[in-house]
Amino acid sequence: MQEFDVINGNKAAAIAAALVNPDIIAAYPITPQTPVVEYLTQFAADGILKSTMSEVESELSAMSVLTGASLAGARTFTATSSQGLSLMYEPYFRASTLRLPIVMAIVNREMISPQTVWGGPQDSISVRDAGWLQIYVEDNQEILDMIIQAFKIAENEDVLLPINICYDGFYLSHMTEKVFIPEQEKVAKFIGKYEPEHIILDPERPMAVDPLTNGDLLMEYRYKHLLSQQKALKVIDDVDKEFEYLFGRSYGGLIEEYRMNDAETAILVMGSMTGAAKEAVDIKRKEGIKIGLIKIRALRPFPKERIIKSLDKVKAFGVVDRNVSFGWNTGVVYQEIKSALYESGKAVPSIPFIGGLGGEDLTVNMMMESVDRINSIKKNHSTVWLTESNGGEA
Amino acid sequence: MIKSQERVAFMEFKSKYIAPVGADGVYVINTGDWRTIRPVLNQDKCIKCGICFMYCPVNSIVKEDGKFIIKYDYCKGCGICAHECKSDAIVMVQEAEK
Repeated sequence: MQEFDVINGNKAAAIAAALVNPDIIAAYPITPQTPVVEYLTQFAADGILKSTMSEVESELSAMSVLTGASLAGARTFTATSSQGLSLMYEPYFRASTLRLPIVMAIVNREMISPQTVWGGPQDSISVRDAGWLQIYVEDNQEILDMIIQAFKIAENEDVLLPINICYDGFYLSHMTEKVFIPEQEKVAKFIGKYEPEHIILDPERPMAVDPLTNGDLLMEYRYKHLLSQQKALKVIDDVDKEFEYLFGRSYGGLIEEYRMNDAETAILVMGSMTGAAKEAVDIKRKEGIKIGLIKIRALRPFPKERIIKSLDKVKAFGVVDRNVSFGWNTGVVYQEIKSALYESGKAVPSIPFIGGLGGEDLTVNMMMESVDRINSIKKNHSTVWLTESNGGEA
Repeated sequence: MIKSQERVAFMEFKSKYIAPVGADGVYVINTGDWRTIRPVLNQDKCIKCGICFMYCPVNSIVKEDGKFIIKYDYCKGCGICAHECKSDAIVMVQEAEK
């Protein structure tokens, strides 16, 4: 029996970081991520956490400090939310294009305006094309487990890319759940050591980093970067299996399929809304509706092949997005799913949903309503907004 | 890291690196053409601290046999090395008289 505690998502993230004991942590507090920094600082003061805590004056500095540290071969960790992520946009891009396996938790918070502090992954989704790996999780146990796995995925020699573990602000960050806490020795054995060769600041073998480079060569770096993102597809699945072997918990890797075996239709979700959606699937199954669920865990790299395979048999599907894609009149994940299916040549009717923005609840009722709509469509439907009144269609 | 079979057809790689490092980048632009003043390093005054090496934006200072040497092929004459040198071992001199 593993030790467990009843903790919120932010504490789960901080404990995961403490179990890994990265060489350096630099983070700046921002709601709803703030308690992560508080817990980590406390752990360091108590001597539980051996990492160097770098107190920075902004998120721009946090990511810049970690860039330097990672270049020097350090294992690094940070966490942020929304505006904090925006402020680190420049070093955020640089971290991925320099191929630095920095691990950053993003406690998803809606973007302004209007002024908001509540949940919604618009922040991290909006930077999905900045070259990082992005994993979205459902509950507090998954936060802890995935932050541990993140180091192993990011530092894999076929990957060597930074990674975000994204979890919904407040719904997970401030919600308390039972979380099993693995032994530190086991975690250390699982992730191993980080010994970079591909880019390193070492006085013994000086190399210039990030020199002025023409487009010809830049294209080559981008090509290799894209290739590594594709290689990460297998690594994420493999690490999930290895984690299951050692710790007894599996999340399905790139996607989690729930009751998809004999499903005739499917609802696709991401993040903490998955709980309500699974509940709705169970209820609708009892009513005789053969609905299944796919939880998107990896947004980058996008699990195209596994989505195609999983949706192979369904007659219709719907995607619930807790974000918007300005200019598409849908959410982002819906467009990604449609792009994946284009290659399969199987265009089945689909329906996009948008709901839960700015921390609004995505209830079981809304999910059941969504399931009913998915089951009734005969052709592609325009976006349905999930509101308390279950009102307007865009 | 990139295995040979992946090089096929898609792209002929010029670099052995996956990240922008080393000699890959800066030497594609002849920044040496821009130079009007040149840094000259006095080895007798040099304490071999390596400050000039670290600050040079175009990697024109190299360490050879324990000594720092300024290479002029790509040096654009910015003067940062001379400015940063703690022992005044580097002076900037005119490339040519007016």
